[in-house]
Amino acid sequence: MAKIHFVDHTGETRTIEVENGATVMEAAIRNAVPGIEAECGGACACATCHVYVDEAWREKVGGPSPMEEDMLDFGFDVRPSSRLSCQIKVTDELDGLVVSTPERQA
Amino acid sequence: MTDVIKTDVLIVGAGPCGLFAVFELGLLDIKVHLVDILDKIGGQCAELYPEKPIYDIPGIPLITGHGLTEALLEQIKPFNPQFHLNEMVAEVEKIGDPGFRVTTDAGTVFECKVLVVAAGGGSFQPKRPPVPGVEAYEGKSVHYAVRKMEEFRGKDILIVGGGDSALDWTLNLNPLAKSMTLVHRRDDFRGAPHSVEQMRALVASGKLDLKIGQITELQGENGQLSGATVKGNDNSISQVTCNAMLPFFGLTMKLGPVANWGLHLENNLVPVDTGTFETNVPGIFAIGDINTYPGKLKLILSGFHEGALMAQKAHKYVYPDKRLVFQYTTSSSSLQKKLGVN
Repeated sequence: MAKIHFVDHTGETRTIEVENGATVMEAAIRNAVPGIEAECGGACACATCHVYVDEAWREKVGGPSPMEEDMLDFGFDVRPSSRLSCQIKVTDELDGLVVSTPERQA
Repeated sequence: MTDVIKTDVLIVGAGPCGLFAVFELGLLDIKVHLVDILDKIGGQCAELYPEKPIYDIPGIPLITGHGLTEALLEQIKPFNPQFHLNEMVAEVEKIGDPGFRVTTDAGTVFECKVLVVAAGGGSFQPKRPPVPGVEAYEGKSVHYAVRKMEEFRGKDILIVGGGDSALDWTLNLNPLAKSMTLVHRRDDFRGAPHSVEQMRALVASGKLDLKIGQITELQGENGQLSGATVKGNDNSISQVTCNAMLPFFGLTMKLGPVANWGLHLENNLVPVDTGTFETNVPGIFAIGDINTYPGKLKLILSGFHEGALMAQKAHKYVYPDKRLVFQYTTSSSSLQKKLGVN
């Protein structure tokens, strides 16, 4: 289990408990966290679950795979900390992870 | 005016549900044409996850989207379905009881007794680039496809994207352009390596300005673009002069013209009767992800079931005077003959 904090573009934070093995996107959708759409359902085939990983967590979370980078090309306001949340698997290591959602998805 | 294509059933959408519906209809001697907006068969299986594993097709522990499409095509081969790709059904007009005249955006006209909407999440359409206010320029100076290259002659062209479409049009339109700028988020391109090389050669010869960054703002008035602001990855701001822009940000699914066919809609889905998968319009059916009913699950296997039940009711419309006797492919010699296995 890990606690994940989602900060929306207005600065409001929602915290949810996520079981290991789920993706950050799945956790967001199951808990109706706004700001994440996940149009393709987690196939890494769109860019509508785009999040920014908090600076303090970037190293632990790691960077996007080449395929994910390709999809990020379709994102809105993509930054060096951008990831697709469907590609971040939750582990104990990520307990306390902070991600923020962009002003809008692609 | 092209000749009208007459068919028993027209299926809108060549995804897995549309394909399997061909099988179920074929067993009942019903001929089918299919229309799909994509340039390939398979729908989401082909466009979104051709290489992704699917684990929940009954009896098949693991298959990819591409593999499932191929297997379905093999299965429906005996029924010789006719595909019309790269076309979107635009208009549906009622001409019989039931009977429909269906026109595509390419001008193909069908007359069918039964229309089956198997359009999944709707039609795949170009994704609007994430730039504020782009809507105001669409169709006038922002284009998502090139219909006539000549229209771009002598223009200051801005192309955005890093895939094959962006690169292909960069290469094809470059000789016609007055000036050309290619903007991509990173200095790494998804397109074919050969195209990337050719693009880099254009940059080296001064015929193409390559900017790495994202478009943050558009300038212009009355739909006519005059410039764009590019924010570099180092946060530097630069300006591009352009009077035509071609953004290539992939495809997204939109309900599209289905909304205009007189069908009831609930949250952009088509409600159906679960005994027949018929919509509120007699003779128009909806199967797969696009329909809704109590308990609906958007699973491929559900779409297969829906297609089988749809075919039973469609038979009544196509052959009103024939009595339908339910048969199994395992034991029926007449079904086996249709499948070419007996």
